[in-house]
Amino acid sequence: MKARVTVMPKAGVLDPQGKAIGHALAGLGFQGVGEVRAGKVIELELAETDPAKARAEAEAMARKLLANMVIESFSVTVG
Amino acid sequence: MQAGIVLFPGTNRERDMALALQRVTGRKPAMLWHRDTDLPAGTDLVILPGGFSYGDYLRCGAMAAQSPIMRAIRDFAAGGGHVLGVCNGFQMLVEAGLLPGALLRNASLRFLSMDCHLRVERTDTPYTRHFQRGAVFRSTMAHGDGNYFADEATLDRLEGENLVALRYVTPAGEPTAAANRNGSARNIAGVLSPNLRVMGLMPHPENQVDPLIDGTDGLPLFESLAEALAAA
Repeated sequence: MKARVTVMPKAGVLDPQGKAIGHALAGLGFQGVGEVRAGKVIELELAETDPAKARAEAEAMARKLLANMVIESFSVTVG
Repeated sequence: MQAGIVLFPGTNRERDMALALQRVTGRKPAMLWHRDTDLPAGTDLVILPGGFSYGDYLRCGAMAAQSPIMRAIRDFAAGGGHVLGVCNGFQMLVEAGLLPGALLRNASLRFLSMDCHLRVERTDTPYTRHFQRGAVFRSTMAHGDGNYFADEATLDRLEGENLVALRYVTPAGEPTAAANRNGSARNIAGVLSPNLRVMGLMPHPENQVDPLIDGTDGLPLFESLAEALAAA
């Protein structure tokens, strides 16, 4: 079963990367872009076949390693 | 002093650190491997040196914080052992939860390789006792992710408990925004654990320990350690 962990900088944590992307988009002529936040996506191929258990596993991995809870939050989708 | 310097894949500042220690103690520190599960008996100081451990994958220091030797270092620190993390080593200490906060990408998004000036915020620690109170010394920064971050409550606690070891300042000792090149919260360059035995800092004091090579501004830090651990 596939799990997808999306890790994003927490609200209130400076995201200079997102800011730079926003500036670049404005420079390319894209208008009306507000705040830009950049995070990362980690895809996991899990042996677990039960969606609830797979989600719990992925969440444990995110808390332990994939995300740094001091500066990032995460969400998990499975299937 | 019986020091051990930990080598991870991608560590590159271990030799400078070893020379700095050797200069003040006259003996070679042990080189430890990240896959080791125990520290040599009698170790009283563990140093996590600078570099780019595990290629900075995921987050700087994140992989190193989960390596086998880090379990032994956690136990060592919990038992009152001294642990110094410099640059990537500081990133490992916060990732391992041995120090609070995190190190974000520099506010400028640029890798910064330049001199900086640091103000010593307290001199009653094993790392700073050879500095004068309020002393400013020159050091070198070389990092892409040195922007110290912690939530306001944590920053207030650090300040309240006097656990900020070093701040980025002007040569005259002023903690200005211009002196804070990486954008660190409250100009924080180095922090201490509550028992004052774990310290992490982004700049490289081991760069300035030889009068023939860029001066000896960083030497008091190592002299402090040598004195603090002389009896041990």
